[in-house]
Amino acid sequence: MSNVAIDLDQVTKSFGSKLVVKGLSFTVGTGECFGLLGPNGAGKSTIARMLLGMTRPDSGKITVLGVPVPARSRLARKGIGVVPQFDNLDLEFTVRENLVVFGRYFGMSTRKIQEVVPSLLEFARLESKADSRVGQLSGGMKRRLTLARALINDPQLLIMDEPTTGLDPHARHLIWERLRFLLASGKTIILTTHFMEEAERLCDRLCVLERGRKIAEGSPHALIDEHIGCNVIEIFGGNPQELTSLIKPYVQRIEVSGETLFCYAPDPEQVRGQLRGRAGLRILERPPSLEDVFLRLTGREMEK
Amino acid sequence: MREDLAAALPANAWNWIAVWRRNYLAWKKVAFASLLGTLADPLIYLFGLGTGLGLMVGQVEGASYIAFLAAGMVATGAMTASTFETIYAVFSRMRDLGTWEAILHTQLTLGDIVLGELAWAATKAFLAGTAITIVAATLGYAAWTSVPYVLPVVALTGFAFASLAMVVIALAPSYHYFIFYQTLVITPMLFLSGAVFPVGQLPGAFQRVAAFSPLANSIDLIRPVMLGHLADNVGLHIGALCMYAVLPFFLSAALFRRRLMR
Repeated sequence: MSNVAIDLDQVTKSFGSKLVVKGLSFTVGTGECFGLLGPNGAGKSTIARMLLGMTRPDSGKITVLGVPVPARSRLARKGIGVVPQFDNLDLEFTVRENLVVFGRYFGMSTRKIQEVVPSLLEFARLESKADSRVGQLSGGMKRRLTLARALINDPQLLIMDEPTTGLDPHARHLIWERLRFLLASGKTIILTTHFMEEAERLCDRLCVLERGRKIAEGSPHALIDEHIGCNVIEIFGGNPQELTSLIKPYVQRIEVSGETLFCYAPDPEQVRGQLRGRAGLRILERPPSLEDVFLRLTGREMEK
Repeated sequence: MREDLAAALPANAWNWIAVWRRNYLAWKKVAFASLLGTLADPLIYLFGLGTGLGLMVGQVEGASYIAFLAAGMVATGAMTASTFETIYAVFSRMRDLGTWEAILHTQLTLGDIVLGELAWAATKAFLAGTAITIVAATLGYAAWTSVPYVLPVVALTGFAFASLAMVVIALAPSYHYFIFYQTLVITPMLFLSGAVFPVGQLPGAFQRVAAFSPLANSIDLIRPVMLGHLADNVGLHIGALCMYAVLPFFLSAALFRRRLMR
């Protein structure tokens, strides 16, 4: 058993003249939770598809669970569970039927599937919904069923494309809790997301993508330390230019986003001192987050 | 290139059964309405045309018009059942419902999926053709002894038309394009293939074209037997139907690979 679950080596993919993934390399160790972080259109979903052998790279090498992909992707897929970006459950089937039908795609006998269904229902907290039609479930329940369905073949690796997009906070936290449970039981997870909180909470390591290129890689804390490394002060309500020149000498860096100033300040008290007595300013000091890293790397201002 | 081929072909001889069983389970939930839909149409044609037109037409090729028509309706019933299953139900599973996407995430290949869908469409054609055959035999328009011979031909007819429709849906960007296939291919075939009147009534050039249509091959196998004769050129007709079943299957699988696995 190798301790590398996924290995990408200089992978490039373009659709027509549009370069979607450019010279991307990363390695995901067995038992790790690895995040692909990036804005919409960064190439995250394309990478997920390439790992499954559903999109062929133009160049580069992909190995998943020790098997070259796409050459032997069918073998790799036997050990993979997928949570796609959009639920594709069979709405006219019950919860249980969805699991049974999916298990058959992996060549499992109905009896074998019936054996594992109770534990999957319990895992997804859907025991009471076993015989409800999927069309009647809430968004969070559908997502949990999709997750349970991805586990039917007892995969070593889970590929998740934006697993909590569109869910309310309760549903999201339940999914996160379930994913931590899976990680604790030794599964490897690769997930794409544009939720920084999700990446920060779940991922051991992550890779920040922009337009198909890797612009940073590391653990969330290491990235925060490396790229920010101090508290952040948000100032809102003044004239950005005027405030910038006032506090510039006391901060490491200032970024302006609309009406808001983001100051990276090793000594926040000095900044507060400069601003004392100014009416109408709202000042918020907080520890740095992955979101700061992300916005720092990809630019605060929306591209025109 | 080799792995491209592997993705488009069935991985083994049994993976398709899982797809067939998925469709069967979905169908079981709406079986009554679905059966009514597949059966009502050809039976209405059979009795509407058979009794109405039959009065004016009298005998055709030595049989009553309704008995002549019955064989045409068996083949036509199979043709429409598998065509419509493919262009509407399979297309929505392929493009809109995400059913195929979910299956492609498992160890099944695109070829497994296409084969399972074909087998399912052929099953629906088989049901439609069987019901019409039984109605015709019960009413004395067909020999009961012809039933075990007719049914495999019906299944093969279903396969052939599902396969052809699979190429259409692999190419069609949306549902709107199916109307071309229906009005330019399926409906003319109904009139060119001897389903409602003998091919001999057509001008010579049309007759030669019509001989190649899968529906004509199917009817040439079914009709003589239902009317109590022996069919001619059995091997040739079965060979033609097999070609219509197999070649479009490979073509559609290659087209789907280009469409879904870029």
